[in-house]
Amino acid sequence: MIKTDALIIGAGPTGLFTAHQLKIIGLNCEIVDNLDKPGGQCIELYPDKPIYDIPAIPECTGEELTKNLLNQLKPFSINFHLGERVDQIKKKENKWEVKTNKDKCFITPNVIIAGGVGSFEPRKFSPKECANFEDKSIFYSVKNKKIFEGKTVSIFGGGDSALDWAVELSKKSKVNLIHRRDEFRGAQATLDKVYELQKSGKINLFTKYQLKSVKGNGTLESIDIEHENKEITNLKSDYVLGFFGLIMQLGPIANWGLNLNKKTVEVDTEKFETNQKGIYAIGDICNYPGKLKLILSGFHEGALAARACFKLAKPNEKYRFEFTTSSKAIKERLGVKSD
Amino acid sequence: MAKITYIEHNGNSHTVDVDNGLSVMEGAVQNNIPGIDGDCGGGMSCATCHVYVTEDWFDKLEKKLDGEEDMLDQAYEPKKNSRLSCQITVSDELDGLIVNMPEKQV
Repeated sequence: MIKTDALIIGAGPTGLFTAHQLKIIGLNCEIVDNLDKPGGQCIELYPDKPIYDIPAIPECTGEELTKNLLNQLKPFSINFHLGERVDQIKKKENKWEVKTNKDKCFITPNVIIAGGVGSFEPRKFSPKECANFEDKSIFYSVKNKKIFEGKTVSIFGGGDSALDWAVELSKKSKVNLIHRRDEFRGAQATLDKVYELQKSGKINLFTKYQLKSVKGNGTLESIDIEHENKEITNLKSDYVLGFFGLIMQLGPIANWGLNLNKKTVEVDTEKFETNQKGIYAIGDICNYPGKLKLILSGFHEGALAARACFKLAKPNEKYRFEFTTSSKAIKERLGVKSD
Repeated sequence: MAKITYIEHNGNSHTVDVDNGLSVMEGAVQNNIPGIDGDCGGGMSCATCHVYVTEDWFDKLEKKLDGEEDMLDQAYEPKKNSRLSCQITVSDELDGLIVNMPEKQV
């Protein structure tokens, strides 16, 4: 059981800056994120794309923004719980008990949902029977590459993950690489390697094909792939790997009794509190009249939600607004010298 | 302004007026038409506004940008006539456009 003043769900830019705001005003916090690294959409969807509308930063990439936000958190000790998804939330007297899918348990008066558009999950194959083979013969990530040795592996996708694994697994497995079009979006060097391996017969390349169906009784035996021109080819396969990127799912948040509007959570604009006392929603996941899905809006929302947390975390103290330029207490928290 | 018809996978059809300058995705979201999510808000980074454009319209639309085809790799059941509806800007010329939605977006 971890006790904290505030639990932040989501380590994207909004969650990271909100941690800063909480620490500045003397509250502690913990951050949970389903991804294995901080940065949220900035890191997962557009690490290399330049962003032009962060105040005072004319241009920076998603990755740079994340790095800078983490740098800004350096003076503070904050626990990150990465690769974990918050599953349950329960009222315990006047606090919230929050459990993750890895059985971690937090007790806190304040839960701040900075979950973007939900948690990232791998995008899956469309034929329905694929679900029966998932985590047995069909995978969306590689946890143990040894299981593929000496087997036939069919890999789907056109990005770096698909190309990298095709090259890597071709050393000890028979590899089919299947993609929906001729162009690949992975790194050119890896792609050259794939073509080389195709020439030497180590990789069978099928372009303009997609997965049509999978066959097998308990264990996977073969798959049917369909060409753009509807022609079907059967491939013997022991394993199938799909690398179609990640999608965002609202997930368990939908069951927490919050007022939802499509995939967003309704909040007020004073505290960014939901219809549940002590649960806030900020960033892309919140909704109110005039809401803009901009990173800068998330920063503002987080700053206000952090102040609202103070009241519930320290009911016997009065929050006093202070500037970082002049406050002795804030400078102490930051570990910088006062004038 | 253009009249745009959005057809859900189950055949339900919605025809709405969409202002010039909006994207076909925004036209759906603002009119509460189910079947188009637009999770990333139009940034060409999520592939949840995927539609199929009928053949006769497909060639009339502005060509895809580089990144669109990359994102379509990640869409649910992409086909030759797949587009991301956030990348189609509405103008008078699109009056009568018909787009079909995939079975699901994710």
